[in-house]
Amino acid sequence: MKFGVIQFPGSNCDQDAYFAALNVLEQPTEYIWHESTDLAGFDCVIVPGGFSYGDYLRCGAVAALSPVMGAVKKHAAAGGLVMGVCNGFQILCESGLLPGALLRNEGLRFVCKHIFMRIENAGTRFTSAGAKGQVLRVPIAHGEGNYYCDDATLKELNGNGQVILRYCSPAGAIDRACNPNGALDGIAGIVNREGNVAGMMPHPERACEPVLGSTDGLVILRSLLAGQGLSKGSVCLRPE
Amino acid sequence: MSRKARIYVTLKPTLLDAQGRVVQQALTNIGFEGVENVRMGKYIEIDLADEAASESNVADMCARLLANPVTEDFRLDLEDA
Amino acid sequence: MSQTRVTDPEITPAVWREMGLSDSEYEQVKGILGRNPTYTELGMYAVMWSEHCGYKYSRPVLRLFKRYREQLDSGALENAGVVDIGDGYGIAMKIESHNHPSAVEPFQGAATGVGGILRDIFTMGARPIASLNSLRFGDLDDPHVRFLFEHVVAGIGFYGNCVGVPTVGGEVCFDKSYAGNPLVNAMSAGLVKLDSIASASAHGPGNSVMIVGSRTGRDGIHGATFASVELGPDSESKRPNVQMGDPFTEKLLIEATLEALQTGLIAGIQDMGAAGITCSTCETAAKAGTGMEIDVALVPQRESGMTPYEIMLSESQERMLAIVQKGREDEVASVFKKWGLNAVVIGHVTDDGLVRVRHHGEVVAEVPAKSLADECPTYQLEADEPAYIAAVRSRDAGDVPAGDCSQALLNLLARPTVASKRWVWEQYDHMVQTCTAIFPGSDAGVLRIRGIGKGIALTTDCNARQVYLDPYLGAKMAVYEGARNLACSGARAVAVTDCLNFGNPEKPEAFWQFKEAVRGIADACEELGTPVISGNVSFYNETPESAIHPTPVIGMLGVLDDVETRVSYCFKGEGDAVILLHAGWPQDASGGLAASELQAMASGELYGRLPDLREDKQRALHAVLLELSESGAMRSAHDVAEGGLAVCLAESAIAGGVGADVSLDAPVEPAAALFGEPAGFVIATASADAAAAIIETARARGIEAARVGVTGGSRLCISVNGERLVDVDLAAAAGAYQNSIGSIMDRS
Repeated sequence: MKFGVIQFPGSNCDQDAYFAALNVLEQPTEYIWHESTDLAGFDCVIVPGGFSYGDYLRCGAVAALSPVMGAVKKHAAAGGLVMGVCNGFQILCESGLLPGALLRNEGLRFVCKHIFMRIENAGTRFTSAGAKGQVLRVPIAHGEGNYYCDDATLKELNGNGQVILRYCSPAGAIDRACNPNGALDGIAGIVNREGNVAGMMPHPERACEPVLGSTDGLVILRSLLAGQGLSKGSVCLRPE
Repeated sequence: MSRKARIYVTLKPTLLDAQGRVVQQALTNIGFEGVENVRMGKYIEIDLADEAASESNVADMCARLLANPVTEDFRLDLEDA
Repeated sequence: MSQTRVTDPEITPAVWREMGLSDSEYEQVKGILGRNPTYTELGMYAVMWSEHCGYKYSRPVLRLFKRYREQLDSGALENAGVVDIGDGYGIAMKIESHNHPSAVEPFQGAATGVGGILRDIFTMGARPIASLNSLRFGDLDDPHVRFLFEHVVAGIGFYGNCVGVPTVGGEVCFDKSYAGNPLVNAMSAGLVKLDSIASASAHGPGNSVMIVGSRTGRDGIHGATFASVELGPDSESKRPNVQMGDPFTEKLLIEATLEALQTGLIAGIQDMGAAGITCSTCETAAKAGTGMEIDVALVPQRESGMTPYEIMLSESQERMLAIVQKGREDEVASVFKKWGLNAVVIGHVTDDGLVRVRHHGEVVAEVPAKSLADECPTYQLEADEPAYIAAVRSRDAGDVPAGDCSQALLNLLARPTVASKRWVWEQYDHMVQTCTAIFPGSDAGVLRIRGIGKGIALTTDCNARQVYLDPYLGAKMAVYEGARNLACSGARAVAVTDCLNFGNPEKPEAFWQFKEAVRGIADACEELGTPVISGNVSFYNETPESAIHPTPVIGMLGVLDDVETRVSYCFKGEGDAVILLHAGWPQDASGGLAASELQAMASGELYGRLPDLREDKQRALHAVLLELSESGAMRSAHDVAEGGLAVCLAESAIAGGVGADVSLDAPVEPAAALFGEPAGFVIATASADAAAAIIETARARGIEAARVGVTGGSRLCISVNGERLVDVDLAAAAGAYQNSIGSIMDRS
């Protein structure tokens, strides 16, 4: 399975995602420059974290209009996998590949720490290596990760099982005190309706080796491989 | 002759403006009474050549890049520079 | 030489004095040039001969540092020092102050401090892999201090998070002596292949001089001079001197510079910090023994109508000077262009030893490069022991009342200097680059070095209260504390970078503190075999009301041959043996209470004598800790520092989420045993089976070691000489410790 990691000016988790795909998942992996318009040959495209274009104007807004995102849209439309992490999630929302937006953290400060998140739907290509209800300990590091969408969208997300990850307590309870940024409904990660484009604020690539203090992120990363046998378009969303 | 667009981008009224809330509290704390609400936003100035200086063009800029339609509203003024 | 430009002000004594040059220095400039300087030249000398750039007061004292002395004499001083860690890799490391800018504009001042130190690292060809910050503020009860603290931390996060360099450690202390003059010291470390270290010299006459990065504006003109005077009531009005940071451009500059260096076409490269183009041109030329000719009209400018004087002295951020092989400029420029950055030829290297500055062809300055870079007049300042020294040392520190020891512990844990700095480091991305193996909060930050299995550990240390009581011994203790923190983490100390924060050196008392502290650091570094490889001096840290405590911050680098042998400070579970390892209890009854946190809390004063350091025992302790970490025998290790043994135990227990029951036998007063801060005490834990072997290992090296308790339960209990003095609920202790700073900062 071939991975591509997009590099925007200001991306800073591109190398981390690259190492995770190459060394931990042991898959062929290449960087994709932001001016590239051809993603032929890539199975999974990672839109990494960082501060693309300095986060100036709005996080992800400028990157969303870059040439490579046109190619990412085509890749997604053809059923290819796309995973956005942190700034990558913001970019996917800004580009319209995922619904909603990421607002400034409710506490107004940047937050970097390990959080707990619960797998809400284990039937997706980003979570299938885990179990529904499984709690993962994974880091976040962002100033604007407060997920927001309108009521109709939220209803749709919940109804379709598109909310894949929710902030929770160590024991798996969804409660306000365990929500690090004020995200609507404790949403940490979502998937598109077709099931092949996901975004999440937590960083699975920062929790995939024992030396980093947690390996729970492997559940997400290995899910990307687990879905390999699935034919194009045969997503297995399980509406709740 | 060029024209200047002044663009004001604000959070939609239904969204919590956490920054605005803190500023409101701070103004109250330092003794300003009657501060009922504060909404923060962005102000953008663009100098435009005549041929680019149409209201529809600037509105398009706002819709495509300068404001996020999910979370933000915008207002624009065009004037002679 | 053409006439002085008509737009330049007339040069009068008032002009050069305002710029910071003395009358005799002005005469020296005239002597060097054999004529009156132009306005631009005068500005160049003023800024290069300031203490900040020229080290005119500190250089004679800094010669005590062996490595510095050798490098000065051989002309090999670089932006940052590099340490060989084996396997073909080196670590470049440096610490630098940004105190004055942070006092007047804390957010941008701190942010640009981070940016400046990062540039020092990547201009060496090293990829920055870690940042640390040593911060000092006044009392947090003061709203203005809270403002400074909030914005300094936000500024560091703003910059460091965006450039993608993890902030893995540092320290934050609070003391009223810093009320008007906070200290913001930024440290960074980078990884470089030893065969591709870049040099900051302008080799090869004929080679092109390029300016890369941001465009030049009027920001920061005379920032270096600003750093070389005391802060006064009008400091706020000096705000135009503060530069604005752009971490996005810095990130691009890091990637572009490292990629451009790979081309092999860059003969030399220097960042532009203080004194901007002036400093980078004259220093690179002086180091290579060459000259340089530039035309400032070619410098990309952000503002219109800038004079040559302004362009030469601007401190606009995120700029570098690169010396590029003639004829290959386009290849280098294309790398920068790929990253969206300017790279413009502004001149060339010459062989006449002069820095010649033109403006649209007209010569506006022509001065010997070495006279600016290396021939700053130095002064042997008068040093006098301050009167307070004898007075404070004659008082007995043994009389500090601890009262109820459980309550004293809870109170100490909530003191901002002791309390958890989680509120701070959660605002910093400390994990980006996915190499952080021990997170902030432990004795040192530890990073794995990808591909070679090794690790490095980094720490900053200085207990300025101890330095205040005894600058020589206190500074020495800071170096030993750094080495001990590294040893507790499983790392062998290999090098030091120092940031020497002191008051006005023209006052004999302040200069005496400086000299004594430097002597202490130099001696400690000789004893430990850890050379000072880089550093920075920050004088004039005073306001009309008061001077800061002398604060020589020690940044230290350690190496772990195998990163898997790292040890952190938190207890690892129930039923482990708690072991006290130490270099010996203090001989005098005050037992290390002099300059302690307890003394400061109880009396608001500092007095007494610091206990002997017993350097040989300290080094033996470090060796024991290394042996134990390498053998995997220890599950945790934590150095006793501010707040003493009781706080040390509490910190390990809180971090591990497990209590402990401890009984100490101590030949000092109970309060001193619990809260004294003698150097060389470590609390370790190990499985019950491993404890005996650990104690044997330690004793074989002459280190005192005893099994003093066991981990477990939800309380922390400590008995001294058979009497139970501390019995606290761990959750209560954790609440006091972890929420203290956050709840103070939430006060509006």
